[in-house]
Amino acid sequence: MSTQTNAMALRRGGYSEAELGRLHEEMNRCALRKKHVQTGLLVAANTLVALVILFPLLYSVSVALMPSNELFTMEMNLIPKHPTFENFIRAWTQVPLLRFIINSFLVAGSITLGQILTCSLAAFAFAFLEFRGKNVLFLLVMATMMVPGEATILSNYLTVSGMGILDTYSVLILPSLTSAMGIFLFRQFYLSFPMSLFESAKLDGCTNLRFIVTILIPLTKSAIGAMAVYTFINAWNMYMWPLLVTGSENMRTVQIGISMLNSVDAQSVTLMMAGVVTIILPSMVIFIAGQKSLIKGMFSGAVKG
Amino acid sequence: MRKAARKWKGSSAYLYLLPCFCVFAVFLFYPFAKTIYLSLYKTNKLGQAKLFVGLENYKNLLTSEAFYNSMTVTLVFVAIVVLGSMLLGLIAAVLCSKAFPGIRVFSTSYALPMAIASSGAAMIFRIILNPTIGIVNKLTGLDINWISDPRYALVCVAVLTAWLNSGINFLYFSAGLGNIEESIYERASVDGANAVQQFFRLTLPGLSPILFYTLVVNIIQAFQSFGQVKILTQGGPGESTNLIVYSIYRDAFFNYRFGSAAAQSVVLFLIVMALTLVMFRIERKGVNY
Repeated sequence: MSTQTNAMALRRGGYSEAELGRLHEEMNRCALRKKHVQTGLLVAANTLVALVILFPLLYSVSVALMPSNELFTMEMNLIPKHPTFENFIRAWTQVPLLRFIINSFLVAGSITLGQILTCSLAAFAFAFLEFRGKNVLFLLVMATMMVPGEATILSNYLTVSGMGILDTYSVLILPSLTSAMGIFLFRQFYLSFPMSLFESAKLDGCTNLRFIVTILIPLTKSAIGAMAVYTFINAWNMYMWPLLVTGSENMRTVQIGISMLNSVDAQSVTLMMAGVVTIILPSMVIFIAGQKSLIKGMFSGAVKG
Repeated sequence: MRKAARKWKGSSAYLYLLPCFCVFAVFLFYPFAKTIYLSLYKTNKLGQAKLFVGLENYKNLLTSEAFYNSMTVTLVFVAIVVLGSMLLGLIAAVLCSKAFPGIRVFSTSYALPMAIASSGAAMIFRIILNPTIGIVNKLTGLDINWISDPRYALVCVAVLTAWLNSGINFLYFSAGLGNIEESIYERASVDGANAVQQFFRLTLPGLSPILFYTLVVNIIQAFQSFGQVKILTQGGPGESTNLIVYSIYRDAFFNYRFGSAAAQSVVLFLIVMALTLVMFRIERKGVNY
């Protein structure tokens, strides 16, 4: 023990201030270099994985910009040699793409608004009001999560065809006007507010509805944002239900309209890809714009249980 | 008088529940009951119940080879999808767990498949996998008819679905990784643990609660796949991609066998119900996010 300390003292004594400083600097540089290398590796690995994950999307954009004779060759054609917007122009003029997009915006927008409305009303009752059967009704709502939409879709189809509303906007919108997930999400958020908030508002003569509109909704903007992004994207991407209940071209949503182009001949493939890229764009933009609030809503109240 | 007013106030609570329960009643409770009812009947082409046959639809299902095939195909599909999408999500989440320049762009890319429709994705994959012009064959130098070969069709649909589902898994795993304390890694590296050891001894156990939750959510989601099958393979070649939801669709809307389709719907419901109950259980046990 004592010899060791002696040795260290000796060695320390052997270096001048300047030498120590130089050593120190060298060590720092070494650590910095190591960090740079690590960051470089991390960025490289991420670039690789991101390219793999984004490949289908990037390639679809590339095909959408290709003249169709460039796609139909045996040569490698990752990137168009003569990029052109002609496919997009043809998609917009030869296919009623605008009509599909308007339909989808209308349907997805109504569903989003409707869900926010019905879910916040129901969640308010579950979080702030006392009434008979509250627990049973809430359990009933939760139980609906166990029923996959695909399991009831057949009876729903029979119902709406019996009502004679096939091929209308209402048939696309009505079944999705509420969701157990949304009720649950909002309720979780509302439960984080103290009951006294509600009681004092009541004492000041605030009605329930005014409490919801002027206090609850502004306070739960992040939950509403998350819900809006999630619901809109899901409604925009709906496929099975619109496939069953729409018949005429005028009522088709984007997903149905574009998949009807799904035939593989030289002219229509690039056109179809231009259509696919066009209809992916809105949901992508909304996702990127709303990503932050979506993640916040998903993980702050919703899933915590 | 006051008591009456109070009572009325209490019952006004139901008014707030009315809109959502109306929708649930018409489009969930009623069709749910109706599906069970239909599954006990022989139906005509319009889907009207004509002849009560008891459990015969179920008996026919359980003795039919087509149903067993559909169940096997669905299980294999679910297994590939869940494994693939969770692995992809996990890799992406681990790669984004430490800050580096450009992390925002990368994490957005990893989550992006969440926003893509199954139908749109299926149309893209149709071109990518095309035997003559498809980029996959060109890049790999293979000459495989991916979608029309019964050996590969199911895997292709599953890979596509895994890709679609990986986005949300990335978010789940990122949230899970964020909850693991940084200090345990520091202590481990002081003790000389390498990156691989750290991953298996610290990261995976730290993720295990959310790993299990994500697993169940993924299984449920995979069972419900439809659009990609409809667009990519139509259940074929043969019956090799006839997943349960597609089988329901085909029985009801092509073969007009609503009774059999209803019985399959009930089977699908039972599977999803069991899985959801497991999920609720995990949630109640206090999963840490």
